[in-house]
Amino acid sequence: MTQTLVRPSAETRAQRLLSGALRSREIAVFAVLVALIVVATLSSPSFLFGSDGWRNLLVTPSILLLLAVGQTMVIITRNVDLSVGSTLGLTAYLVGRLFVDQPGIPIVVVFVLGALFGAFLGLINGALVAFGRVPALVVTLGTMYVYRGVFLEWAGSDRINAGDMPRDFLRLGTEQVLFVPVLTLIALVVLGVAGYYLRSMRSGRELYAIGSDPAAARLYGLPVTRRVLTAFVICGALAGLAGVFYAARYGTVSSGAGRNMELEAVAAAVIGGVAIFGGSGTVWGAAIGAFLLVTIDRVLPLLGISSFWQRAVVGALIIAAVALDRILQKRRERRLRQARDEARSGS
Amino acid sequence: MTETIEHAVDERTYAAWSRPLWWRVVMTREFAMIALLGIVYAWATGNVDNFDNPLTLYYLFLDVAPILMIALPMTLVIITGGIDLSVASVMGLSSVLLGIFHVDLGMSLPVAALFAIAAGVLCGCFNGFLVGYVGLPPLAVTIGSLALFRGIAVGLLGTEAITDFPDRWSDLARERIVEGSSYPVVLAPIVVLIVAFALLLHYSPFGRGIYEIGLNEQAARFSGVDVQRTKLILYALSGAVAAFAGIYYTLRYGSARGDNAEYLELQIVAAVLLGGVSIFGGRGALHGVIAGVLLIGVLQSALRLESVSSNVINIVIGVLLVLSVISTSFLSWVSGLRATRRRSPAGAARPDGSPGDRGPTNPAG
Repeated sequence: MTQTLVRPSAETRAQRLLSGALRSREIAVFAVLVALIVVATLSSPSFLFGSDGWRNLLVTPSILLLLAVGQTMVIITRNVDLSVGSTLGLTAYLVGRLFVDQPGIPIVVVFVLGALFGAFLGLINGALVAFGRVPALVVTLGTMYVYRGVFLEWAGSDRINAGDMPRDFLRLGTEQVLFVPVLTLIALVVLGVAGYYLRSMRSGRELYAIGSDPAAARLYGLPVTRRVLTAFVICGALAGLAGVFYAARYGTVSSGAGRNMELEAVAAAVIGGVAIFGGSGTVWGAAIGAFLLVTIDRVLPLLGISSFWQRAVVGALIIAAVALDRILQKRRERRLRQARDEARSGS
Repeated sequence: MTETIEHAVDERTYAAWSRPLWWRVVMTREFAMIALLGIVYAWATGNVDNFDNPLTLYYLFLDVAPILMIALPMTLVIITGGIDLSVASVMGLSSVLLGIFHVDLGMSLPVAALFAIAAGVLCGCFNGFLVGYVGLPPLAVTIGSLALFRGIAVGLLGTEAITDFPDRWSDLARERIVEGSSYPVVLAPIVVLIVAFALLLHYSPFGRGIYEIGLNEQAARFSGVDVQRTKLILYALSGAVAAFAGIYYTLRYGSARGDNAEYLELQIVAAVLLGGVSIFGGRGALHGVIAGVLLIGVLQSALRLESVSSNVINIVIGVLLVLSVISTSFLSWVSGLRATRRRSPAGAARPDGSPGDRGPTNPAG
């Protein structure tokens, strides 16, 4: 019985890397994204080469990227956070208020406060899910209503305008370092850290274990409660950071800020190959999915497809991505079963 | 009953039920929701000016009608362990189609409505096929079709609105059953739907199959439930009812727009979950759901009359939703604690309440 069912691969390391790359979801979605950008650039060069186009291509998705990265960490533990859109709106308003009420507040402090506030909102979600042992979908649906209600009640009829915020802060939305916008740079650093955490750190791997089988993870002695709580806090913090980005990028915070973005964040993760039942997927995929979703919105009008059809395309894409996952999974299962049968008949 | 006992060879050494009948009826999530509804209603009638005005109840029913209709099939879908987030998009799509069929293609309104409902069934079958036969996760599929159907609706009509519907039909959506009473005509189809869905869920083998699927899909298949077909039918029903609600919505406001009823899906899911349906499937009942929907409606109109802003109303609904799930798991934790103590009086019980058995079979207490 000690015999292994599947023999170690006979391929060389290079061959394995190549076939792994060919099969990788991240690279496939990335190829679609690149193709989309190439087509758009061919039909209208300013899409990529205009200074506005270049900036939009990189800055606008970085807000959704942050949400998608946080969402991925939560989904990997077999939970979901529907409150991120409301967290974004509430934090964006908080940022505006900070600038109005505390003139001269350092921008770094605002970033930290935004992330901390988001983390606090995430902590509420996480505590309810982890300690209350209640389904995340229901809890975060509830807190989605609560956070948005608090945001709108607090904001009342006044909204934050560009004039309320210091020029230096708004410049962050346009400034570039070596052709890369500052906000995108921050988002990419966050992405890198999250990616490293999930791939290489013990507690990051434990998130996958928890998502694959929560009961087994608990029996194995993993600190499930603490890890799930952490995932929600990180997700909230990233949503808070996204709120700061939102304020810097758009300069205004109106009542619609972050509306419906929770579903977009889930969609980005799903397109990027994150399984909705947890236990698999990477933040890289989710990030590329976020870029793809936002880019599609801008490319379709260039290709002569009325912008009204964008959501239909996005929807079809999500369903196609999920169906593709299923087909690949079936194939993998069949191959494993075959290997098992062969091993049995061989012995 | 007495006869069976006389003929029984082995006398049962334990009671048929661990609790008396009144306990089993009263101590449930559903009954708690109904009681809460009654309390809130009584409070509103006593303390809120104008709440007892027939007009209040009339508008309450008009507003709550689409949610109430769609909550019925949504309950069945969630009991199987699924979810349908695309219902509001189907409403928007059927609204747009009604406008296009009636105004642009010149069909009479009932025919156009039939086609719109057929489109809704098609949308539902699309979801149901992907969930049931292909085996895709419902949450992901319906987030996708939420965008897809809404996209088609908005794509067909853009920012236009079709408003020339015959007065006869738009009046019907707002008419009262008896002149001057507070019951709009739309309650008639709602009552029919409630009875039909109650029969389907609670009094038919098909309905028992729905619970079985939610509790254990594999066991359901082995006990002869056609899991795939059941799911397909449920999502199709959800699409049909959503399309019907979309038609009502269009006629009531007299305009067909692509963004009609946007974001309504989360309200519907919230109402169903408030009514005591477990998101994991396998547990829930229609009377609880109806009470949940009406509770949200009564709260909304009472607080609105008190001139509380709609934001605060949303906060109240959100807190209620969280409290309702927390209370279930809290109660089962308490009863787990009690059971443990009963089993081991020494108190050297398991350190951890009752892990993993916040199972859907266990209602309050």
